[in-house]
Amino acid sequence: MINDVVTTRPLPKRLLGFFAVLLAATAAFAVIGLILGMVGTFVFNGGGGITWTFLSEFPRNSNTEGGIWPALAGTTFLVLLMTILGVPIGTATAIYLSEFAKQDSWFARSVRFAVNTLAGVPSIVFGLFGVGFFVQFMGTGIDGFLGTSSFGDGSLLWASATLAVLTLPVVIVAVEESFRAVPKDLREASLALGATRWQTIVKVVLPNSLTGILTGSILAVGRGAGEVAAIIFVGVTYSSESLPSAVTEKFMHLGYHLFVLSTQSPDVDKTLPLQFATTLVLLGLTFLLNLTAILIRSRLRK
Amino acid sequence: MAKEYPVKIEAHDFNFYYGVKQALYNITLSIPERRVTAFIGPSGCGKSTFLRSINRMNDLIDGTRVDGHMVVDGTDVYDKEVDVVRLRRRIGMVFQKSIPFPKSIFENITYGLTLNEKLSKSALEEVVESSLRKSALWEEVKDRLHHSALGLSGGQQQRLCIARAVAINPDILLMDEPCSALDPISTGKVEELIAELKDTYTIVLVTHNMQQAGRVSDQTGFFLMGSLIEFDRTRTIFTSPSKKETEDYITGRFG
Repeated sequence: MINDVVTTRPLPKRLLGFFAVLLAATAAFAVIGLILGMVGTFVFNGGGGITWTFLSEFPRNSNTEGGIWPALAGTTFLVLLMTILGVPIGTATAIYLSEFAKQDSWFARSVRFAVNTLAGVPSIVFGLFGVGFFVQFMGTGIDGFLGTSSFGDGSLLWASATLAVLTLPVVIVAVEESFRAVPKDLREASLALGATRWQTIVKVVLPNSLTGILTGSILAVGRGAGEVAAIIFVGVTYSSESLPSAVTEKFMHLGYHLFVLSTQSPDVDKTLPLQFATTLVLLGLTFLLNLTAILIRSRLRK
Repeated sequence: MAKEYPVKIEAHDFNFYYGVKQALYNITLSIPERRVTAFIGPSGCGKSTFLRSINRMNDLIDGTRVDGHMVVDGTDVYDKEVDVVRLRRRIGMVFQKSIPFPKSIFENITYGLTLNEKLSKSALEEVVESSLRKSALWEEVKDRLHHSALGLSGGQQQRLCIARAVAINPDILLMDEPCSALDPISTGKVEELIAELKDTYTIVLVTHNMQQAGRVSDQTGFFLMGSLIEFDRTRTIFTSPSKKETEDYITGRFG
């Protein structure tokens, strides 16, 4: 009888099953708990610190008082310039990979391998690369060529370039994915009407993947905004009297500012409320950017 | 064969390969001008491959190769001198799935025209109207030319694709199972359209639907496993085929 089979399962086995589920559920809850706990701590401790003054004023008294305005503005300049430098290159690479490369060719596989490797390189290595390649090689080179002395030092420009390289894989993957989501039939229809490959890309593929390019950019910005290790050597500064007025100047940055507040301040305890509030701003910024990307992406997939 | 019509497309010992797999074997046939030529046969028999070889759409697939000759208006389209883009501009194509661009009806039709030249607004409007009239869609869409083409029904979308293809003023229209995704009423409209268009264009039609081949075409070719088994007047193919395979297929004994 069926009933017997169901009811005679021995108790120890049923208990084992119960505990297995309980364990898995606890682990899942722990993850949510961690996030809630973390965000909660920062909201509780830092929420009160976020005022208009905090957001709009320069730090005072060796970073122990005042606001984060130059760090907020510096981070914004940084990611904007990074986007301008990185997204076109990433998009071009994605166009090549998706539209022109033979998928199993030696060159296409090398590019893909490079992209994947790039994504796994620790960010401090990008920072060192930034110093070696951008600041010392390119910067000094440009200075020598132009007879100036403004490029051969860390700056907003070189930090943005370093971050552009660091976020390149994010852009390439997101954009290529959106290119591949454009139906093959649309490309064929365009080619059958006598369009060249480039015309097809410009008139059909790109307009249909604008959301993907936007998503890639936002994800890159989200990644770049929170990145500190990669920019330590290439232009970020711990204190500044004014906002950078040229891309060759140094800049302040939210993540780095947090590092400075918590380790380089004459009175770390005094800066604790500032640290919490700064963290909350940084978290909120990256969270908002990622949320926007997710929303755009889910609309794209529909 | 219908000898009284000049030959538009000619294949001589045409072979086609996807990588190492041969898909077409020594196809030799002549397609007459301003007639409807239909290709029938079971799935995978090579009829679509043959159709897509005429305007070199198969070039887009990695690893394909041809030998033999495919001659359109006296020129071998696989000759090194041939500009594929210009070739495709003379050969319109309608696909199985109706695939309007996600643009307005107007922009869909002017797409091919505006690729290389800048035409005045009135010239474009003229082409849009005449193309839509030719594809029997004008009355249905004339009040919403600037609305998205994606708002049209499946049958309307397919006629829009035909309008889009005739707008570039080709001599040849290739149709790859144009009705297989349409309901009977829309199919009827597209078939009527084919009958009208053949006064102006050389039409090559691939179809799964034998009745359709019987209704609209002047001559029919039967493909089986990459070979052209028989090619003759449609009436002859359907009433007294000379090959046993053809007879088996059209009487529904296989395929």
